[in-house]
Amino acid sequence: MTTVSPQGLLEQALERVQHATNEASLDEVRVAYLGKKGLLTGLLKQLGQLPPETRREAGQAVNRCKQSLESAIESRRETLHRQAIEARLESERVDITMPGRTLPAGGPHPVHRALDRILAIFGQLGFNVATGPEVEDDRYNFGALNFPEHHPARAMHDTFYLPDGRVLRTHTSPVQIRVMEAAEPPVRIVAPGRVFRSDSDQTHTPQFHQVEGLLVDRDVSFADLKGLLSAFVNAFFEESLEVRLRPSYFPFTEPSAEVDVRWRNEDGTTGRWLEVLGCGMVHPNVLANCDIDPEEYTGYAFGLGVERFAMLRYRVNDLRLFFENDLNFLGQFR
Amino acid sequence: MKISYRWLKQWVTLDLDPEQVAERFTLAGLEVDQVSPVAPPLDGVVVGEILTAEQHPDADRLKVCTVAGDQQVRTIVCGAPNARVGLKVPLATVGTILPGGLKIKPAKLRGVRSEGMLCSEPELGLGEESGGLLELPSDAPTGEALTDYLGLDDQILDIDLTPNRADCLSVRGLARELAALTGGKLTPLSIDPVEPVIDNRPVIHLKAAADCPRYIGRIVRDVDVQAATPGWMVEALRRSGIRSLGPIVDVTNFVLLELGQPMHAFDLATLKGDIRVRRATKGEPLQLLDGRDIALDDDMLVIADEQKPIALGGVMGGLPTAVSDATRDILLESAWFDPRVIAGRARRLGLATESAHRFERGVDPELQREAIERATALIVEIAGGQPGPVEESVSTADLPVQPTVRLRMNRLNRLLGSDLDVTTVERILLGLGMSLERDGEDFLVQAPSARRDIAIEVDLIEEVARVFGYDNLPSRRPGGGLNIEVSSESQLPEQTLRTQLIARGFQEILTWSFVSEEVLDRLDLMDGAQPLANPLSRDMAVLRTSLLPGLLETASGNLRRQHPDFRLFETGVCFQRGDEGFSETRRLGLLMTGLAEGEHFSARPRSLDFFDLKGEVEQLLELNACAGDFRFERSEHSWLHPGQSADLICDGQRVGWLGQLHPMLLDQLDWSQTAFVAEIDMTALIRRQLPQASPSSRYPQVRRDISFVIEDSVPASDILEVVRTAGGGLLHRAAIFDEYRGQGVDSGGRSLSISLILRHFSRTLSDTEIEEVVQSVLLALRSRYNIKMRG
Repeated sequence: MTTVSPQGLLEQALERVQHATNEASLDEVRVAYLGKKGLLTGLLKQLGQLPPETRREAGQAVNRCKQSLESAIESRRETLHRQAIEARLESERVDITMPGRTLPAGGPHPVHRALDRILAIFGQLGFNVATGPEVEDDRYNFGALNFPEHHPARAMHDTFYLPDGRVLRTHTSPVQIRVMEAAEPPVRIVAPGRVFRSDSDQTHTPQFHQVEGLLVDRDVSFADLKGLLSAFVNAFFEESLEVRLRPSYFPFTEPSAEVDVRWRNEDGTTGRWLEVLGCGMVHPNVLANCDIDPEEYTGYAFGLGVERFAMLRYRVNDLRLFFENDLNFLGQFR
Repeated sequence: MKISYRWLKQWVTLDLDPEQVAERFTLAGLEVDQVSPVAPPLDGVVVGEILTAEQHPDADRLKVCTVAGDQQVRTIVCGAPNARVGLKVPLATVGTILPGGLKIKPAKLRGVRSEGMLCSEPELGLGEESGGLLELPSDAPTGEALTDYLGLDDQILDIDLTPNRADCLSVRGLARELAALTGGKLTPLSIDPVEPVIDNRPVIHLKAAADCPRYIGRIVRDVDVQAATPGWMVEALRRSGIRSLGPIVDVTNFVLLELGQPMHAFDLATLKGDIRVRRATKGEPLQLLDGRDIALDDDMLVIADEQKPIALGGVMGGLPTAVSDATRDILLESAWFDPRVIAGRARRLGLATESAHRFERGVDPELQREAIERATALIVEIAGGQPGPVEESVSTADLPVQPTVRLRMNRLNRLLGSDLDVTTVERILLGLGMSLERDGEDFLVQAPSARRDIAIEVDLIEEVARVFGYDNLPSRRPGGGLNIEVSSESQLPEQTLRTQLIARGFQEILTWSFVSEEVLDRLDLMDGAQPLANPLSRDMAVLRTSLLPGLLETASGNLRRQHPDFRLFETGVCFQRGDEGFSETRRLGLLMTGLAEGEHFSARPRSLDFFDLKGEVEQLLELNACAGDFRFERSEHSWLHPGQSADLICDGQRVGWLGQLHPMLLDQLDWSQTAFVAEIDMTALIRRQLPQASPSSRYPQVRRDISFVIEDSVPASDILEVVRTAGGGLLHRAAIFDEYRGQGVDSGGRSLSISLILRHFSRTLSDTEIEEVVQSVLLALRSRYNIKMRG
């Protein structure tokens, strides 16, 4: 029999390991030398034929070769694995500056965006949201609010009528009546919603949005109203703006006031006084109309135009844009 | 109300300039909209006198005038038809720059040298109409600066009065108010009674004493209606926006502005017999001053003679009895009409008169005699004539009584949150002309008769607050007992829905609540639509019954603006008339058009289809975890594609619809691309159940898939229903994950693959158990439908 030296086999095997380019060919090497019928395994099986005195040494030599080969295979395997990952990474490289997959961009309507903010502020001030219908009868829109029939104050509202005499509400104030009829004081609500006036020009649209506020409790005073409104205005505009109350007339409040805000121009200079809302102390007739004793309870009410606040806040210069729904315009309020 | 600053200054001592007066008024509730100069600067324009006027040798239409002005006499070529010798006119001297920007230079006009220009009203910026040169009164001092002569160095305050302040609709009223606000002194106007020189007096019958408790008449004979109204009066009227119309009407208008009493003058010769103040009978005719023939209503008050109405009381006089060029004798009227019989009548007739404006707001009931004396004096001064005695008919019991109102100091300070003292309050009330009486801590107050708006305590509190200044009253930071009332958790806040839609690429819109009948008709949505009685236009004539028209209109506009891909939503109220009356429902409307996703290099663009829309709706239903309560049922709507339209059903009720737009509708809209639309009742969408947690299973779940061929006509939802029922308690979830048509599947059928997820709460399922469930599902399907197993 020809003796094959384990060292020779090892060198042969290592040569093949170095040339293996993938894990499969590496596996072939392992089977060929270390498998059950492998060449190195075969040497071990032949040990018995050796004289006992050399058997031990020869065995150790074969085992050393086996171990060397095993570790060489393992290290080659790791190298190949790492190379495979590297190759994959290289192949999967993308231009991360290419655009992502998207839906079209959505956004809130600016009037609702302003309204959300207004309601959030009043929510923090403890006002709950109440709502009412958009078609009202005369009593809620006018009568119970202390507008006498045929009174010129009604002419301040250009009213849309239904053929049966009901009206599209001209303001959110009817919600005051609905709330006070339904609940005992204390009452502390804001009522947002759509209102309608038969008027259409550059500064009027036949529909717009208002938020009505109402607080009725014991000992509510004009001083509370002043404080509330300036807190609100400063919160809404995130600026400490000068606020002034100017006497005015609404049939359902007395004393009544218009609220002006001293606007700040874009260049930071002090601007004009701008009228932003109407308010006043709830008229005793209105309380009495809702079975609330005006001697025991007092209250204040205010009404603001949401479009007005949206225009000021987002510097929109034409009211009519709000109802044109041009995506180029609306897309600016995300 | 427009009023000249100078006129106001004649009535009250003032050390404020016009802007300051405007500010003071505004801060007291008399909002001044505008302060504007009476005239532009007119430096260099003087009163000129035409000495000669000759025909221009070379031009038919021009005259060569010599004009006396300041110091020298000039030659001026003028084309005005009314240039004539002796006329006093405005002369713009060389160097003057006229309001239009024209600079006056010496010039040769057709060979004649002209040194200056004679001016018309428009050329001076004083008016719009031109009848040639502005003719100045003959006593105008030649050479005086025109600005000084006409008092043009003046400002006009345009005051937007609230309806409660009728007392301020006159110079005197405004002066009173200003005196109260500034502490200035009122100039008393002494109106002496005019002694009658004839004894003709009208006979007046108050037939509706409650409507008109006081009517004063006076005859003035032989007035000269051709007399010129003096320049100062014309100017005063002009500055308040009233044109001069002859001396008699000018005087009544002047007194209206000065004192606030609307008056009327009749041509006495046109009246037949006694004067009757009475209600009109329905349909009774009257020709108004503006020439219109109207039919009266029985809730209108008229002034009538023996035969017919001669004026609509407090609103407008009649044309046949009006003062004309032929008038010699007049009957002057000064009356008090109850606001209730005036209010709304003018508006109903499409009229807006100075008279009705004042009477419906409330005229001082003590003013009529003073006013008629003032008017008589002015008429006699300007137009001559012989006045008769004043004839007053009065029903004292029907005259309004100024109430005595109790003002409690304690109430005042509590309502205002203030700490005003008695002296301050007293000073303010006295300044407003109130008469006061102290009663312990209270005041008993009576307002002057002009103040028709002071009836209860809070009226006085407002007066005190107003004059004291709202800005001077205290302000208190918000606080106080919070009223915690959080909205129910069993409702999804509408804002959450909106936020989700926005995140999924929907743009919120707000469209009109009114639409045209045509649009609703075209969409077959006219059923139950509520028309308006007084729409702004045909396009806005009925209340919307659906959000669809607004969505379509918005989409049309944006498609035109070259946006091909977008998603829209609106939340809002729709209106419907039905058998159970009128209803308002809040709804959500959706519209999607274009590509399903933004174009991307990685994939071929895919257009939206029905299931993109349905997915959005399902996604919304998932927000409140009530998706299981809803079903989609095939439906038909005229605006939707019949093969791709569904109703959303909840508790057996239709709560919405969705689908692709009908191709015919797309043609009508002239769209080249389709869209998917939906509308859902908001109440159904925001309903949700409070979660009640249950422990989740720790044991593995098992998935088994089944595939079979089934007829097309069987809806997937029915199949799933059968599967779920047959699957029993161990079947946790069943879902369709594949649909196949084509090779290997007969036409008219489709292959469906359904995944079954099984699990047991407290143990691992055995193979036998799993197989039993799968078999019972298949058995149920087989017994119900004609199915063929695949793969």
